[in-house]
Amino acid sequence: MNLRRLFLILTPYAWLLLFFLIPFVIVLKIALSDYAISIPPYTPTLDLSAGWEGLKSFLSELDGENFSFLASDALYYTAYLSSLKIALISTVLTLLVGYPIAYGMAQAPEEWRPTLMMLVILPFWTSFLIRVYSWIGILANEGFLNQFLMWTGIISEPLAIMNTQRAVYVGIVYSYLPFMILPIYAALEKLDGSLIEAAEDLGCSKASAFWLVTFPLSIPGVIAGCFLVFIPALGEFVIPSLLGGSDTLMIGKVLYEEFFSNRDWPVASAVAVVLLLILIVPIVLFQRNEQKQREANQ
Amino acid sequence: MAQPGTRPVFAPWNDPEQKPLIQFKNVTKKFGDFVAIDDITLDIYRREFFALLGPSGCGKTTLMRMLAGFETPTSGTIMLDGVDIAPVPPNKRPVNMMFQSYALFPHLTVWDNIAFGLRRSDMPKDQIPTRVEEMLRLTRLEKFAKRKPHQISGGQRQRVALARSLAKAPKLLLLDEPLGALDKKLRQDTQFELMDIQEKTGTTFVIVTHDQEEAMTVASRVAVMDHGRMIQVDTPDRIYETPSSVYVADFIGDVNIIEGTVSDVTDDKVRIDWAEGQPKINGTIAGGLAKGTHVHYAIRPEKIAIATQPPTDRANVIEGTVHDIAYLGNISTYKVELAGGRMMKAQVANDRRIARREITWDDKVWLSFTDTAGVVLLN
Repeated sequence: MNLRRLFLILTPYAWLLLFFLIPFVIVLKIALSDYAISIPPYTPTLDLSAGWEGLKSFLSELDGENFSFLASDALYYTAYLSSLKIALISTVLTLLVGYPIAYGMAQAPEEWRPTLMMLVILPFWTSFLIRVYSWIGILANEGFLNQFLMWTGIISEPLAIMNTQRAVYVGIVYSYLPFMILPIYAALEKLDGSLIEAAEDLGCSKASAFWLVTFPLSIPGVIAGCFLVFIPALGEFVIPSLLGGSDTLMIGKVLYEEFFSNRDWPVASAVAVVLLLILIVPIVLFQRNEQKQREANQ
Repeated sequence: MAQPGTRPVFAPWNDPEQKPLIQFKNVTKKFGDFVAIDDITLDIYRREFFALLGPSGCGKTTLMRMLAGFETPTSGTIMLDGVDIAPVPPNKRPVNMMFQSYALFPHLTVWDNIAFGLRRSDMPKDQIPTRVEEMLRLTRLEKFAKRKPHQISGGQRQRVALARSLAKAPKLLLLDEPLGALDKKLRQDTQFELMDIQEKTGTTFVIVTHDQEEAMTVASRVAVMDHGRMIQVDTPDRIYETPSSVYVADFIGDVNIIEGTVSDVTDDKVRIDWAEGQPKINGTIAGGLAKGTHVHYAIRPEKIAIATQPPTDRANVIEGTVHDIAYLGNISTYKVELAGGRMMKAQVANDRRIARREITWDDKVWLSFTDTAGVVLLN
């Protein structure tokens, strides 16, 4: 193997080592440490000048008691379960909203498609934080939505959406919709139109042609979109803390509070490590789906 | 040899008793300002293998898509078995189509692809496997039933598409450039296979193609189209031997076309004056023509004999020198330069080894043909 090839292969591994594995080992190390009123706020710290003996005593002081603490306190696993539930439901909601939009885009005349694509991506040009913040103005008791509904006379009392889980769902669906639309659109757009004609020719109505041909062939896009929404939604922090109020328990918020309010870095790190382990399952499944897709396309 | 008259000839179009399966009556199709089909009236009979032939953009695909139900005529009616099919949607027509891209469902196995149409029909569930097996046998695909379309070769995919479109036993099968994606050798084999299957199933086939050889091989009748019009509808041999226009003569096969004026007429025989200093061409046209009529004389290269000595027994003899020889293995085409710089092509079967060929470049040669070898055309 020549040097050039070696360099090409090693570069991504070096990147992963530097920016993923080393930070992860540091976080894991903090998770195994104990809380201390010091700078940094944990003990032990590694003192390389003490040599071999120093390293041995450093390693002997690490333990997993933060993890057993997470298991013993109901707050944490409730937060994990609640996060899973919220991420799952909002993924399904995003799919229900996103699929028709993607389908509509793929059916649109070819000259419109770049514009429609642009409109889907357009929100990314504004800060995520500001966009989520502005939903407060819409969803609050005296916000635009309630004012409008009361003006039309549909409701007499303002709807309590703000500071509930419903607001979190609205926020997640809104924020992650492009991640659902784009992969589904990509799958639908490359679909050969003659397949639908063939299905109709063989006796399908328009609806059954959709369920028997279009939908099955868009499943890879649906799976990709669902993972792209589910994975970040699980660890979401900004949306539940801005829109969800105290009502919503999500692991991202717990992590933030452990780290910044309690300044308990070791417990916060343990929460982060467990979250990562939970995320590995869907990430591996996502990779497998992508791999299968690539093989099928060959 | 069979005695003429004793063997029944398949020619329902000559039998006034026969009712056509498909009737196009003054059908016109416009896309905006563009006229894709221009006032076509056409009958296609049961068990026919009918070829729509023409260059791309001539409207042949539009005509076929109207039969399938994917396009509706702007005006005129299309009757299938005596019923106007305009209001019938594609999924309710007794017509199936084999798509140019095959349009096999990539997520289904070969078996499920073939069963797809049957499952949508009112066929009892327990009869479907038998029918699918039958189609697999017909197209020799038994071994590939469990495979997905991307796991089989192009030729096999083509057969799956054919099996799928035949499975519902349609009254009419439409084939859109069915062999376009196959290489030449496979295409020739498949042409015979198609004819075989058409004969076995007795289905009426309408094939769209831009390959004139393919149309000639498979079809019982060929319709030559151009700019949305039918130029000529006839049997392959008549299209080739007696084209009705210069366009058809030129589109089908190789041809020499000579422009001239009729100078003498005796009954069916005409003499065509076509170039200064050249002997007049002796041609034949039923009913003769008026003197002075401007005509085209079309003659196929293989109807012209080439010799190193002037022949004495032919009606037409033209002198020239060999300009070029194209050796194609089984035949050779000689490009002969006549006095005045005109080129004429003559084709000769290579019934001798090439080493014993007596004509070579720049040789003085005589081209000759009979007075019935070519066609006198008016337009």
